[in-house]
Amino acid sequence: MNKPLLPNSLRTGPDEAGRFGTFGGRYVAETLMPCILEVEEAYKAARADPSFEAEWRHLLQHYVGRPSPLWHAKRLTAHLGGAQVWMKRDELNHTGAHKINAVLGQILLAKRMGKKRVIAETGAGQHGVATATACALFDLPCTVFMGATDVERQQPNVFRMKLLGAEVVPVTSGAATLKDAMNDALRHWVANVTDTYYCIGTVAGPHPYPQMVRDFQSVIGEEARAQMLEATGRLPDTLVAAIGGGSNAMGLFHPFLDDASVAMHGVEAGGHGVDVPNGHAASLTGGRPGVLHGNRTYLLQDEQGQILEGHSISAGLDYPGIGPEHSWLHELGRVQYMAITDKEALEAFQLCTKLEGIIPALEPAHALAHVMKIAPTLPADHIICMNMCGRGDKDIFAVAKHLGVTL
Amino acid sequence: MNQPGKSRIASKFAALKAAGRGALVTYVQGYDPDPATSMAILRGLPGAGADLIEIGVPFSDPMADGPIIQAAGQRALKAGATPAGVLAMVRDFRAEDDATPIILMGYLNPILSYGPERFCTDAAASGVDGLIVVDMPPEESADLAPFATAQGLDLIRLIAPTTDDARLPGALRSCSGFIYYVSITGITGTRAIGMADVAANIPRIRAHTDLPIAIGFGIRTPDDAGQAARIADGAVVGSSLVDALAKSLDAKGQATPGTVRAVLDTVRALANAVRG
Repeated sequence: MNKPLLPNSLRTGPDEAGRFGTFGGRYVAETLMPCILEVEEAYKAARADPSFEAEWRHLLQHYVGRPSPLWHAKRLTAHLGGAQVWMKRDELNHTGAHKINAVLGQILLAKRMGKKRVIAETGAGQHGVATATACALFDLPCTVFMGATDVERQQPNVFRMKLLGAEVVPVTSGAATLKDAMNDALRHWVANVTDTYYCIGTVAGPHPYPQMVRDFQSVIGEEARAQMLEATGRLPDTLVAAIGGGSNAMGLFHPFLDDASVAMHGVEAGGHGVDVPNGHAASLTGGRPGVLHGNRTYLLQDEQGQILEGHSISAGLDYPGIGPEHSWLHELGRVQYMAITDKEALEAFQLCTKLEGIIPALEPAHALAHVMKIAPTLPADHIICMNMCGRGDKDIFAVAKHLGVTL
Repeated sequence: MNQPGKSRIASKFAALKAAGRGALVTYVQGYDPDPATSMAILRGLPGAGADLIEIGVPFSDPMADGPIIQAAGQRALKAGATPAGVLAMVRDFRAEDDATPIILMGYLNPILSYGPERFCTDAAASGVDGLIVVDMPPEESADLAPFATAQGLDLIRLIAPTTDDARLPGALRSCSGFIYYVSITGITGTRAIGMADVAANIPRIRAHTDLPIAIGFGIRTPDDAGQAARIADGAVVGSSLVDALAKSLDAKGQATPGTVRAVLDTVRALANAVRG
């Protein structure tokens, strides 16, 4: 009788204070506080307006190419010799990744709020490209903050953003990677709050961003749920998705959270290995709770509370934090989180390319590597659905380098 | 000497008000560029004319700070700065000076990592009088505020030009010590202060609080400081002191024999203007 009561639904968060359990919140300087409250009010009003949803859905269908297919990867399934492997093909979206889903929602919101310009942070460049794309479409000036280190290793995406008309600002503060790009975007926003909208790329940051980005990305899970029911007559048994900040995973998982039969695996970047100090980007596996970038969540940090850089072969995963809803789901035990190393992701990248003719981005290659581990241990009637959240064209240079090939 | 039952911060502002002038509040980061130089600067500040002292507690990701203070934080962390190390500096300072208020300014995560209750206990025992936690708005204070209050530490709040009338009374209610008015919409040390805008905003704040108001972010020159201290009850100067410190360093970023003097001379010029 003393069993703790689970909430009736795991899908109702966050609360009014922007909390998922003890995670989330609005930890920003006073200058930004009125601004994020304004975003929150505007988002609430937009959600209540059917014309907002209709315009976004129209863009998803005719501009992005949704719904993305659900692919039964039969050759990979046969090779692994266990569970059935299905892929949610969000790499087929316009701009090549899931990022565009939430960007279009946010740009429509920015227009609705009367904002005159848009800023964004980017790591691998996928969110920057998506934001630059939407800003081109809606004729909004766009500035993308990108760590100078990432500018170096993601030249094709930098060029894409520039072609799309965006200004790319290389960030040299701190370690010059994604977390520093986010710091500088927030600093820029503080100084330009009245006319600027900050388009955050993941389910992190101050409330309402974790909720808003999740809501937009949930289109992935909603489609996957309906497509799987149509194709197989039942729900998948296990969902698998890669996690940096965690937006593609939240998008896939959220519509299934109340389906008790569906197991969920979030795959973090294990880099050189989670035992290697500062050699990975696995915030849940190797971090502890703290406050950064406006939210309380699991972070990679040293014993003094200084934030660590993290490492991953994937520039899109080496973020020292994770969305607060993931921290909550981790502590509840609803989602299991594990790590995949650079080496394992590279192997999965090559195997998927050869067996399925699909070049995955290094981010979903982490999810695939985990699928390769678990599928052989599961029966043939077990259905795994993994999120192929991005295509690997942007990564071929990095992969060639790791394989010792000169292009 | 500190009056019994009255905080050093309240005593200092009351004394300055009686003397007919505003306060000069100076900011430097603990351990910048190294512990010994930082300690020498700290000891010299009251003599150079600082009325209240803010010590920055270094953090790897100072979201509200401009390039000058970001660089100070990087130097300090490289020199081994920790919250415990900064508290030790305050203890050493207090052995010689029991009157000058000391306020620690920083970000929440190192405090959470230290343990909020233990941090407040240790800070009070070391002689700290108040805390400014930049990324902790009133809505998110529950992890720290009860412990600060229990230890008699003032929680000094930032009030910004963007803090609208709807938000202002609530934000001010949670303040103690003094109000830190952020004079620019921006990060530290990046924009020049618009004195007319600031002067127009101070009465708006005064209508809701009896606490002293200090103006900071964007005050660079002695003239700025003099004006701000007259418009409000004090002027906070940080980036221009840290900039003076940075310019005195050698090519490797190490202190030179001129480093302490470079900072204190800047403070003297500011103090002269404030005392006008």
